[in-house]
Amino acid sequence: MSESSDSGPLSAGLAGLAGPDDDWQRVSPKYVAVEFAASVLAGLIMSAISVFFIVVAGWWLGWWMLGASLIVTIVLLVVAPRRARAIGYRLRDDDLLMRRGIMFFRIVAVPYGRMQLIDVNRGPLGRALGLSDLKFVTAAATTAVSIPGLPEEEADALRDQLVALAETRRTGL
Amino acid sequence: MSDQPAPTAGFATRLADGQWHRLYWASPLLKGGFALVAILGFILANLRERLVDFFITPGPGPGDGPGPGDNGDIVALVYDHGQTGVALLIIAGVLLLSIVAFSVAWRMHTFRISADAVEVRSGILFRHNRQARLDRIQGIHITRPFFARLFGAAKIELSVAGQDAKVDLAYLGSGQVDELRREILRRASGVQQQEAETVAAGAEQGLVNRRLHELLAPELDPSSAPAESVVRIAPLRLVGSLVLSEFTVFLLVVVAALILSATWVHHGLVLVLLLPSLLGSLGFYVRRFTKSVRYSIAATPDGVRVGFGLLTTSNDTLPPGRIHAIEVTQPLLWRPFGWWMIRINRAGHASSHGSAGQHHTLLLPVGRASDVDKVLGLVLPGLTGAETRHLVVGGLSAARGAGFTATPRRAMVLRPFSWRRTGYATTSDAVLLRSGFFWRRLRVVPLARLQSLHVAQGPVRRMLDLAELHFNTIAGPVRASLGVIDRGLALSAFESLSAAAVAAAASDSSHRWAEHPEPPTPAEHAERPSPAEDAGALEHPTPPEPLTIAEHPPIGRIA
Repeated sequence: MSESSDSGPLSAGLAGLAGPDDDWQRVSPKYVAVEFAASVLAGLIMSAISVFFIVVAGWWLGWWMLGASLIVTIVLLVVAPRRARAIGYRLRDDDLLMRRGIMFFRIVAVPYGRMQLIDVNRGPLGRALGLSDLKFVTAAATTAVSIPGLPEEEADALRDQLVALAETRRTGL
Repeated sequence: MSDQPAPTAGFATRLADGQWHRLYWASPLLKGGFALVAILGFILANLRERLVDFFITPGPGPGDGPGPGDNGDIVALVYDHGQTGVALLIIAGVLLLSIVAFSVAWRMHTFRISADAVEVRSGILFRHNRQARLDRIQGIHITRPFFARLFGAAKIELSVAGQDAKVDLAYLGSGQVDELRREILRRASGVQQQEAETVAAGAEQGLVNRRLHELLAPELDPSSAPAESVVRIAPLRLVGSLVLSEFTVFLLVVVAALILSATWVHHGLVLVLLLPSLLGSLGFYVRRFTKSVRYSIAATPDGVRVGFGLLTTSNDTLPPGRIHAIEVTQPLLWRPFGWWMIRINRAGHASSHGSAGQHHTLLLPVGRASDVDKVLGLVLPGLTGAETRHLVVGGLSAARGAGFTATPRRAMVLRPFSWRRTGYATTSDAVLLRSGFFWRRLRVVPLARLQSLHVAQGPVRRMLDLAELHFNTIAGPVRASLGVIDRGLALSAFESLSAAAVAAAASDSSHRWAEHPEPPTPAEHAERPSPAEDAGALEHPTPPEPLTIAEHPPIGRIA
């Protein structure tokens, strides 16, 4: 379960697959703040539940829950910068590559012509930081390509570019 | 409700002339009229004695002797008569209203089929308008319920991709539906000019003769498909496959558990409570049997035609290129008999579950390996070649090798039995995935239909230097993925197959399957903007064509 560096065995293999590691477009460094906030929020909620159990129900188990939630939150906070760095996408000639995850690594290739629609979402914190999430939807629900933490104008430009690319390479269903 | 269009030859071409048409004259009856008639009959039967009283009352004549309760009897009679009259009035009113409503609804329900779309308008208070493009049609389903067959009517359903995205034309004349299907598929296929064939046979027979002929005709018209392409299921094998299903095992286990609990724990009550639902579950067999009896799969020029049914017959036509994934499986109990089952993923009925959706995705309920070969050849013509035949055979039977990639021994941790069989093979236009030890599985994904693919790796697979390879298709019963694969192999497969999928999608023309466009020239290819150079260069990117159908909200208009 120990993860020493950003590039696990599979991502090391990616170097040969998809060019040097720098070829990946990374998400904005500010996205780390969103990850931080999400981790802290999750930790707070879990701690609140634990405290509720300790104070109201008087369960000794609550202390363990509190400890566990604190540890999980700290781990999440520690890996958050690396998780944010692990997200990347590449526009190849005919398809979009997208990667994310360190421990649970995943890399997807979606031909542009398979695009059904593109979502650009902005959460409250992302909006404060000027970030957007871009989601590429195909007819297969399992594709699940979403690129979080793009600067707003970059997300809009990427969306327009992807739509244009999909138009030139349109295929059937 | 009465101006019956004479069903004559060439009706389909008349139906498809781009003008608005009404449905079959008997549709209101078939859609809900029978229920009305039944309710009325029930009411009338209950009121029968009262009615007899009402109409044939022997009035108290002068010859009747005076009786003790005579006076009271007359009052009761008058009271009674009044009530019956009101009831009769109500019944007549309801009857009249329903007839008016049905006939108005029938008059307002119109459809038209133009060169590239089918459009339906319906509704009285809330108008509904639905239009579907013909080249987006994912399948055409024709149902002939038993009652409708007696009236010479049939239902046609054009499905396009999407949730509940279909155009229902219920009902049309039985003979016209087949013609209409052919005409729609011909237009969808991209063949613009073709002589309109007219079938004049059978028009001269009397009504009764025609009905009888339709009722007794074989489910699959022998002239519509070459006989050597037809796959049928023997009734005995069908029964055997149902008896030897996993459901039977489940049922036996439940029954055994019930008997044990009833004898040892003395809770007879449990038995009494669960027995009805157990008996009800026997309906599963009946449903599956009636859905698969007289089954036939045949190749027609416009796609694969699946037909089934004894009293209520149905057939389903899948135009070429509408199948997104195929799975050939063998339940453990079927292995001694060498039976297989074929399921498919298709757009249109993807998310409908239950018995209604099942027969749309179950392409072959049971068949031998030779039948599997035939059916795979029908749905994927690329698989019939001599060089790919061994892949199918290997995918169905071989434990290891036979053209498929091998999985390293260390995968035994995750797949203790099936690791030997887990592997993939590629042909020019499809990828074949083999897996399963007890439940053998061969999954085929046409590359031209592949939506995306991904490689994933969690901590366990990382320690074992393995990965997962997923092929993402339209949702359905088939999930095309390999749970374990060597990491290096996964990456090379990812690279080569993602390129192959793009190439296959670019050269695919199955949405206009009969059209033969010239292959894209290199110059044409060169002018496509590359992602690197056109970043932000496009001012007005046009949105992609809508996936499914244009559906307008009801317009508050009473026409």
